[in-house]
Amino acid sequence: MYVAVKGGERAIENAHAWLAEERRGDTDIAELSIAQIREQLSLAVNRVMAEGSLFDPDLAALAIKQARGDLIEAIFLIRAYRTTLPRFGTSTPVDTGAMACDRRISATFKDLPGGQVLGPTFDYTHRLLDFKLAADGEVPEAPARDAVPGDVPHVTDFLNREGLIEEAPHDDTPPPDLTREPLEMPADRALRLQALTRADEGFTLGLAYSTQRGYARNHAFVGELRIGSVPVEMEIPELGFAIEVGEVVLTECETVNQFKGSKTEPPQFTRGYGLVFGQTERKAISMALVDRALRWEELGEDNVGAPAQDAEFVLYHADNIQATGFLEHIKLPHYVDFQSELELVRKLRREAGADQVQEAAE
Amino acid sequence: MSAYNFAYLDEQTKRMIRRAILKGLAIPGYQVPFASREMPMPYGWGTGGVQVSAAVLTPEDTFKVIDQGSDDTTNAVSIRTFFERTAGVETTTTTSDASVIQTRHRIPEEPLQEGQILVYQVPIPEPLRFLEPRESETRKMHSLEEYGLMHVKLYEDISCHGHIATAYAYPVKVEGRYVMDPSPIPKFDNPKLGDMAAIQLFGAGREQRIYALPPYTEVVSLDFEDHPFEASKAEHACSLCGAEDSYLDEVIIDDAGGRMFVCSDSDYCESRQAAGHKGKDAA
Amino acid sequence: MQSEALTGGFTDPAVQSAHAFRRMMEAMARPGTLHEISGAEPPAPLSRAAAVVLLTLCDTDTPVYLAGAMDCTAVRNWLAFHTGAPLTGPSRCMFAVGTWPDLGPLSAYPIGTSEYPDRSATLIVECPELDASGATLTGPGIKDAAALSLPEIEAFQSNRTLFPLGLDFIFTNGRRLAALPRTTEVS
Repeated sequence: MYVAVKGGERAIENAHAWLAEERRGDTDIAELSIAQIREQLSLAVNRVMAEGSLFDPDLAALAIKQARGDLIEAIFLIRAYRTTLPRFGTSTPVDTGAMACDRRISATFKDLPGGQVLGPTFDYTHRLLDFKLAADGEVPEAPARDAVPGDVPHVTDFLNREGLIEEAPHDDTPPPDLTREPLEMPADRALRLQALTRADEGFTLGLAYSTQRGYARNHAFVGELRIGSVPVEMEIPELGFAIEVGEVVLTECETVNQFKGSKTEPPQFTRGYGLVFGQTERKAISMALVDRALRWEELGEDNVGAPAQDAEFVLYHADNIQATGFLEHIKLPHYVDFQSELELVRKLRREAGADQVQEAAE
Repeated sequence: MSAYNFAYLDEQTKRMIRRAILKGLAIPGYQVPFASREMPMPYGWGTGGVQVSAAVLTPEDTFKVIDQGSDDTTNAVSIRTFFERTAGVETTTTTSDASVIQTRHRIPEEPLQEGQILVYQVPIPEPLRFLEPRESETRKMHSLEEYGLMHVKLYEDISCHGHIATAYAYPVKVEGRYVMDPSPIPKFDNPKLGDMAAIQLFGAGREQRIYALPPYTEVVSLDFEDHPFEASKAEHACSLCGAEDSYLDEVIIDDAGGRMFVCSDSDYCESRQAAGHKGKDAA
Repeated sequence: MQSEALTGGFTDPAVQSAHAFRRMMEAMARPGTLHEISGAEPPAPLSRAAAVVLLTLCDTDTPVYLAGAMDCTAVRNWLAFHTGAPLTGPSRCMFAVGTWPDLGPLSAYPIGTSEYPDRSATLIVECPELDASGATLTGPGIKDAAALSLPEIEAFQSNRTLFPLGLDFIFTNGRRLAALPRTTEVS
C-alpha cells in the first residue's frame, strides 16, 4: 500500500549531519583554521568580501570554511549575516589618492609620478605548477624598501589638466542604497556602480569581455589600476569632525576610453570606473568596462543592442545570490504544477488523437 | 537564536514590509515594490513569503506551512522550523487551527475563514513577464491597463492547441483592474482566490514585490466567451480518502506504469480518512 | 526636551507592534470594522490609537505631516524621540495625522502615480466619535455592506474615482481604529 512521504524533518537533520561530516573530511588530516584561510587563500577571502559587501577578512574566511570552499555559498552566508547588522552611520567618501599602494600600474604611460609598482601579481608568473609547494610552502623573504611617502596622483588627473578627458564633476548627492531600496529603472550611475561592485565576478567578466569582442566596443585603456589600503573616516556629530575608524583594502581601476567630440566640443577621452573591496583586479577591470558600456546614453552613443549596454538586463542578472537561489529552486518539488500541465497535455493529446480517428472514419 | 529579533527581521524592516502590505491591500492586485532583505535561505525558496509571514506573525499565532499542498515536504518543514525557532510560534498541520498559513503552489481544500491569513510564496510576480521581460515595459502596461498582449497570447494557445495552454500560474484580473499572477498554483485553485473570507498576501523576495487580495475581492480568471475558464484536475477520486473534489497528485507505484492518485492537500486527506472516508486503495 | 517626550512608547516594540499591525491590517483589509489597539501613552492631542499607528508604521524613512493642533511641541518631540520620522508638509508626506477639518483639503496630498499608485499618503483621521453606523460601505474586503461613522461622504466618493490612485484613511478615536482604503464605495 502507498504511504505518503513523511519524515522531512528527520531527512533534513540527517542531511545536515552528513554535510558537516563531509565538510570536515578525513579527520586524520589537520583541520583548517580561519587564520590559515585568511592568510593563504586571501584572494578567495577578497572575492567573498567584495560580493558579500562586507569588509571583514575573518568572517569571510569563516564563511569559506563553512561553505566547503564554495565561494557563492560563502558570499550568501556573508550577505545573510550582513543584513542583520545595525548601521551606526555612513563613512565619508574614501580618498583613493591617499591609498597606500601595494600595486599601481598604468597602461597608458611608460612612467609617471608615483611610479609603476608591480606588487604581488600573478601577471608575469609562468603558469607552471610549482611542485615544491606540494611538499613545503616556505618561501624566502621578498626584498623590501620603504614606501615612497605622499599621495599617488591619479592618471586621469593628468589628462584632465589638459582637458583631454571628460570632466567627472564633484557630486555630493547621497547615492541610493541598493540594499535598502528596491531596484528601480532607470538606474543612475551611482546605483549601477553599486550593483556592479557586488556583482558576480564571472558574469561581469563575461560582459566586459563581450565589449572587447565588439558587443558595444569602447576601446578601453587601463589608465590606472591601483591596489592598497585607504583609511575609512566617519563624521562624529558630537565631535564636529571626521575621525579614522579603520582601513579597507580596495582595488580601483580607471579606464580611458574612446574619445568623442562634436563641432562645438573638441574630442575628449571618456571614463570607465571600477572600485572593489580587496585585491580583486579582474573584477575591478571588468567593472570599469561594463560601467563604460552602460554609459552609452549619457555620452550620446548609439545603443547597438549589446548585452553590456542594457542596464536592466545587466543589473537584474548580475547578483549571484539572486541568480543561484532562483536557478537552484527548480530542485524543489514542483509536482503540483507539473501535474496540472500533465493533465493539460494528456487532454490536448487525447483530443488530437480523437480528431485523427474521426478524420480517418470520414 | 536570542541574538535575533522576534521573527528574525529587525523592526525597521518589518515596518517597511508592513507599509507595503497595507498599500497592497488598498490596491488589490497591484505589485508594491519593497526592499526585500537577504534572508538566511536562498532566493526562490520562499524568501518573500517568509518576510511577509515575519511581518504579520504575533507570538500568539498558530502557523502552518505547506509546499505542494503538504506539510511534510522538506521546504515546508524547513520554513516551519525557522519560525518555531525565531518567533516561538505554535505550529500545526491542521488547516482550520492555523491563523497564518504560508503556502507554496496550493490553496488548501478546506475553505479558509475570517481571521485566517494565507501567505503565498511567489517566484515571478509579474504576470506579463514571459511576454515582456522588461520591468520598465510591464510597469507601463499595468499603468495603462494595457493587457492586450496577454489576451493575444491566450488566444494563440487556443488557435494552436484548441485550449488555453496555461495549467498553473493562470493569470487573473482583480476587481476589474490589475492582471495578477496568482503564483504557480494549479488552475484548479483559481476559483478559490475570489470572495475568500481570509486575507491573501503574496510575497516575492528576489523580485522585491508584495501584493494582496483583501477578503471578498472579485478575482476573475482570464478567458474568452467561446473558451471559458475551466478549473481542472485529474479525473479520479483520491485512492486513500475517496475525495472527488480535491486536487490530486499522481504517484507512480511500479515499473509497469502503475499509478495512483492521492490528495495533494495532506491535511485534507488525513482528516477525511480519520473521519472514516475510504478510497479504493485505503488500508 | 520635556520628559513627557521620552515616555509613552512601546515597552516591547517587536511584540506590541506585531499586535498593533495585525489589527491595522484587519482594519484595512475589512473596511469599516472596528479594532482596539494599545501600547502607547502619547501627549495630547494625539489619541492612543493614532499614536500606536505612528509607532508601528513610521520611522526615519516616512515623512509625517502634523495637521493643525497636532503640530505642537509635545507631539513633535514625542514623535521625534520614538520614531525619528521627519516632519513635512502635506504635499510630501507619507502619513498625515489630525482632525478632519485640520487635514483638508485632500487635494494637497500625494495620490501616487499611474506606475506607482502606492506612493500615496495615508491619512490618520482623529475622530470625535467612531462607530459602525452612518455611511454605507461596499467594495473589496466587505462581504455585503458595512457601516462607519465618516466625517463626510463626498470626499471619499471623489477619492474612489481616482482609483487605482488615491488616499487611504485610518480613523482613530481613543483606542479605537477603523480604516477606509481607496477601493471602498461610500454612500
